[in-house]
Amino acid sequence: MEDMNTTQHTSQKYNHELEEARSKLMTMGGLVETQVTNAIKALLERDSSLGEKVSFSDYEINSMEVAIDEHCAEIIARRQPAASDLRLLITIIKVITDLERIGDEAEKVGRYAVEMAETPTYGGLHSSLRHLSGHVKTMLSETLDALARLDVEQAMQVVKNDQQVDDEFDSITRQLYTRMLEDPRNIKDSLNVTWCARSLERIGDHCKNICEYVIYLVKGKDVRHTNLDKIRETILGE
Amino acid sequence: MMEATLDMTTVAKVNTATSGGREEFSHTISGTIGKPYLDGKDAKFFCRDVNVFYSGDKQAIFDVNMDIGRNEVIAMIGPSGCGKSTFLRCMNRMNDTIEGCRVTGDIRLDGEDIHDKEQDPVLLRARVGMVFQKPNPFPKSIYDNVAYGPRLHGLAANRAELDDIVEQSLTKAGLFKEVKDRLQSPGTGLSGGQQQRLCIARTIAVSPEVILMDEPTSALDPIATATIEELIDELRASFTICIVTHSMQQAARISQRTAYFHMGYLVELNDTKTVFTNPQHQLTENYITGRFG
Repeated sequence: MEDMNTTQHTSQKYNHELEEARSKLMTMGGLVETQVTNAIKALLERDSSLGEKVSFSDYEINSMEVAIDEHCAEIIARRQPAASDLRLLITIIKVITDLERIGDEAEKVGRYAVEMAETPTYGGLHSSLRHLSGHVKTMLSETLDALARLDVEQAMQVVKNDQQVDDEFDSITRQLYTRMLEDPRNIKDSLNVTWCARSLERIGDHCKNICEYVIYLVKGKDVRHTNLDKIRETILGE
Repeated sequence: MMEATLDMTTVAKVNTATSGGREEFSHTISGTIGKPYLDGKDAKFFCRDVNVFYSGDKQAIFDVNMDIGRNEVIAMIGPSGCGKSTFLRCMNRMNDTIEGCRVTGDIRLDGEDIHDKEQDPVLLRARVGMVFQKPNPFPKSIYDNVAYGPRLHGLAANRAELDDIVEQSLTKAGLFKEVKDRLQSPGTGLSGGQQQRLCIARTIAVSPEVILMDEPTSALDPIATATIEELIDELRASFTICIVTHSMQQAARISQRTAYFHMGYLVELNDTKTVFTNPQHQLTENYITGRFG
């Protein structure tokens, strides 16, 4: 059932409640995207005040998560949703958990950005970090796009792209190992770079999770913990 | 046989337009989506190409094909007038009692054609019992309500055996403890929920194989409803149960498979879990989620 129109219920109030849940979700997604963008900017441009701002703004995302959860619980209690409406609410409840965690990772990157603002070289990994950041930012914006448009193809693409982010993270880690072995005085800086790269990689993982929920919402098939070929097979096998 | 009937699909265009100038939506029903058929051995009821006509040529049911399994609770849902009750009544030939009603097609109970000339509808209705929307106890004592069927069919050789049947039936219906000290009081003096359980006891007293229920809890409060639903789940061990209900939550709670009827067509018959989480037909989806009324 790909008809996700929430405006056709006999009960107009129900339409309104579901629409509100969806729009709150997208607002939260927008907030998270801003946080991630700012955190990355703070990191790459060594902007400690922006880094501080990011680490202090996480509470907004947290309170949105609580509010959306409450709204969804109320709809479930009052309406006993079924079929696509049920899947929509389950998806929203799951997605906001991942969004909140993306917010947490952005907050961490913000904090490291403050700490690392004085580090001159990032262990020579500035360009690798820039590359990884760029990928993660694109993944997040494509994820939110897939979520807004319920675009299964796009969601599939994000799931696929996560592997690339994982590979880049591994490559950064290997370079940092070498650097730490070469001179133990580099360990502190290198660890900070590792934590940042780790947070960025985790954001990629959360995007992948969200896209799997989008596939569940649209197709009614749970594709978590399966490989790409299986996912494609599941989707096409209808 | 199975392959032949599987090919016989019904194609129909139906309109789900409602009044008030809303946009009209046309949907195609092409056969029944889901799992209408079971492995032949498991089917208690075997229904093929069932059509029902009321006086004249007004058709109420169009080419319904389905199997109903042993020890299965199958729920039939759909908007008012969709034919679910009409179809339910086909299964114990209750439609025979309606003037001008004509049923065609093949309906078999354990392989026996229920429309066979040799088939005695009274015996059929003993094998396929029915519980109605409104509790309808006879104006007799609680004991006599339950003993009526066994007496009629000569199921008890003596009073002790009859007592036994009455006690067992009331126990199975979850009513015995509440009424054991007043078996001679009138059945009509019980509460609504108790009366409905009395009707269920009366139905199971003749050891049916299938129980048809037509909105059995629509006149009951939530506690009495929960009691009956619990009872249905227990009865499943011994009987096949077909239930027509307007409460989708009830269908979701108690059935293993759910059938969705729409304007006389069986649109979708699938595992209840699938119907309520990921229905395959847009019409089912619309009904389940409360779209278009």
